[in-house]
Amino acid sequence: MVEKVVTVKNRAGIHARPAALIVKTANRYSSNLYIEKDDMRINGKSIMGIITLGASYKTELKIITEGKDEQEAADAIEQLFVTRFEGE
Amino acid sequence: MKEFTVLDLIDLDLKENIALNLKCIGGRPGLSRVITNSKINRPGLTLSGFFEEFSYDSIQLFGKGEQAYLHRLEENQSFSTIEKMFTYQIPCVIFCDGGAPGQRFLELAERSGCPVLKSDLASGEFAIRVYQALSDVFAPQKTIHGVLVEVFGVGVLITGDSGVGKSETALELIERGHRLISDDSVKLRSVSGNLLIGSGENEYLAHHMEIRGLGIINITHIFGVSAIRDKKQVQLFVQLEEWDSNKNYDRVGGDMTIEILGVTIPKLEIPVKPGRNVPIIIETAAMNERLKKLGYYSAKEFNQNVLKWLESESARDLFYKNEDTF
Repeated sequence: MVEKVVTVKNRAGIHARPAALIVKTANRYSSNLYIEKDDMRINGKSIMGIITLGASYKTELKIITEGKDEQEAADAIEQLFVTRFEGE
Repeated sequence: MKEFTVLDLIDLDLKENIALNLKCIGGRPGLSRVITNSKINRPGLTLSGFFEEFSYDSIQLFGKGEQAYLHRLEENQSFSTIEKMFTYQIPCVIFCDGGAPGQRFLELAERSGCPVLKSDLASGEFAIRVYQALSDVFAPQKTIHGVLVEVFGVGVLITGDSGVGKSETALELIERGHRLISDDSVKLRSVSGNLLIGSGENEYLAHHMEIRGLGIINITHIFGVSAIRDKKQVQLFVQLEEWDSNKNYDRVGGDMTIEILGVTIPKLEIPVKPGRNVPIIIETAAMNERLKKLGYYSAKEFNQNVLKWLESESARDLFYKNEDTF
């Protein structure tokens, strides 16, 4: 299991487009992806789940991956947050 | 869990028959004080000076009796017990029956930072309603990944890995006339120790579904209000999984259960394979659950009838073989 803490750097927070990007990236890997905010944990491979988190600007989230390619999955998701979801 | 403040208590959106009718009449800055449990205390003993076992972490309710005693204290200018009460970090003070405290009481409350509220309800009625409301707020809860639908009046929680077809199954159930409570994220709360109530995470996102290939759709707009529901008791737990040829699936109708937040719920494991009609299996499961509630255990009855039939078959054989028994 790999855990990483990331911060939301987009002003608008995680709305539909960033959420779709996370889901697209997550589905490339076979590992399970969970995202945690405070005590709420959702499945990162589903758009509704991510949007439900209500992650606004400057929110801290915990990325948890479990599976064969957990390290690559976690790194890829972390990259999305670092690059503020710009581009592919 | 987010902290529950006195302001949250006033803002609770409750229906007419369980509304609290609370107003703040003093100590406004104290509205940020936190309520941590569903206890209620009537501070009669406290006002009279007995502070042992003082339940200071509960909301303090002033009914007719407490208000009359307070009035007497105010008349006699004896405020020492009131001052001592306010040295504790009490969440708030609530005056029922539309009553209100005197000026000095309000001053002491404001000075200690304690909010003073009032309600026009009788203290007995208020106590019942506020206890229910707070029990609801502090009920153990957890959010899981799954879909909650109501099928023939039975709350069915459908879970399974991503991509197994939960949302598509739910979509077909909705099209057949059943109701969606929440897709993808279901908030479960344990109420009264033996009821599990499921609902959507928040009102803005509720009743939307994400379907691969279609995107996010609004169920209320497409299917209408009769296709949705805000909350429902979870009565059946269905786990969808990819058909595993090595696994033994239930062939007889056994009783698998699962425990969530201390509540035991019947559980079904349903294998998914292309060509299998999962929604109709879920509909049948829901109808079977209803039958069980009415007392008809189809699988058990079936076995009893089989036993009776076998018994009569062997009695026949016995009859024909022993010619000298009659």
